[in-house]
Amino acid sequence: MINNNYFINAIRFVLLVLVQVLIFNRLNFFGFINPMVYIMFLYWYPIKENRATFIGVCFLLGLTIDFFLDTMALNAASTVTIAYFRPTIMRFVFGVNYEFQSFKLGNATKVQQITFLALLIVIHHMVFFTLEIFNLANILLILKKVIFIGPATLVLCLLFGSLFSVRKE
Amino acid sequence: MQQIINFVIRYKNFLLYICLLTLSLVFTIRSHSYHQSRFFNSANYVSGRIYETSNNFFSYFGLDEENSKLIEENKRLRDELFNMGFADSVPLDSTKRQYTIIIGKVIKNSYANPRNYITINKGRKDSIKPDMGVITDKGILGIVENTSQNFTTVQSILNENSNINAKIKGTNNFGSLIWDTKDYNIVQLIDIPRMVPLTIGDTIVTGAMSSIFPENIPIGTIKKYDLDNSNSLYTIQVALFNDMTNISYVYIIENKRRPEIIQLQSETDGNDQ
Repeated sequence: MINNNYFINAIRFVLLVLVQVLIFNRLNFFGFINPMVYIMFLYWYPIKENRATFIGVCFLLGLTIDFFLDTMALNAASTVTIAYFRPTIMRFVFGVNYEFQSFKLGNATKVQQITFLALLIVIHHMVFFTLEIFNLANILLILKKVIFIGPATLVLCLLFGSLFSVRKE
Repeated sequence: MQQIINFVIRYKNFLLYICLLTLSLVFTIRSHSYHQSRFFNSANYVSGRIYETSNNFFSYFGLDEENSKLIEENKRLRDELFNMGFADSVPLDSTKRQYTIIIGKVIKNSYANPRNYITINKGRKDSIKPDMGVITDKGILGIVENTSQNFTTVQSILNENSNINAKIKGTNNFGSLIWDTKDYNIVQLIDIPRMVPLTIGDTIVTGAMSSIFPENIPIGTIKKYDLDNSNSLYTIQVALFNDMTNISYVYIIENKRRPEIIQLQSETDGNDQ
């Protein structure tokens, strides 16, 4: 079972990186909208795993994407941030249910799942574009990018989520 | 001591997070002030191979368009050749040639970020070195930034760190070509003095002060111009000839005299101090 989990996560890691760099970063919808679907890795990752490993793996995920996109360590910084805050967000979204051993993402309501995903995306995009533009004088540009790219990411992540749902885990 | 260890154990996740975040911030912030990292770029073996494989599939869809581009360029070159007024074969002494050209193919292109880089399927093996100029049939594209054995990353002109010497065609008024990160079809030419007469539609070409590009390579046309804050210099909006969203084959230019120029400049600078 544990081996199986590792295997699934490794496959997910590789596939999400490939899908991200080969498909979604070529979209350039309206010239600048490139949804970041690799955030689904953090959404799908098992909840009860070791937290330090999780943060490390997410850092690696971000860095791999950075290698492909020549974005220095922007993706790594924003991914490691949401990886660290994921338990906090989960406690906020799912309430006390999250503390129980039997808690599963699939059992939560649709609204809770979407809120969880949306919060991950918003935090990720805020960190990402703040660092990318790196100038608070351009805060409107940062907000514009978050407001346009965030929903695009959310929609595509939800589509991905329903395509490859994790009912059995 | 016990307490320090306890503290580390209790906050190990937080400390790990801070470490990794600092690490990535250092990499990122260094790139804002300076160039792309030597190690974190898509010219490495793995990403280069993956991009190349995917490009091998997708490039078939653009063959038709690529053919018409080539025939268009051939037509233009033949036109120039026939109207030059002398025989079409001129003896050339290869030792006197200043520029050599290497062809490459774009395997990854981006234009949606403030710092865009293009990856090309030629590398050190094909004698590509940093700071060589990259152009297409229509105009300039960027400057080679990093090379690996088989791949090269190019700092696109759509990069906020990009700074290229350019001038108005037919004159000797030089300025710097930069990008304000707003529109991928438009770059800015700054530092043109106020007394220079400008017309909308004038052509902008590369200047002679660059040791990277040959002179008079087309860049774009003047779309709009305004005076800057000091009211003495123009900021010109230049509409690019290149369609930056659709680039496949490129020419990489090597200036054989560049090492000499660089050496001379550094000697002169050394003498001043």
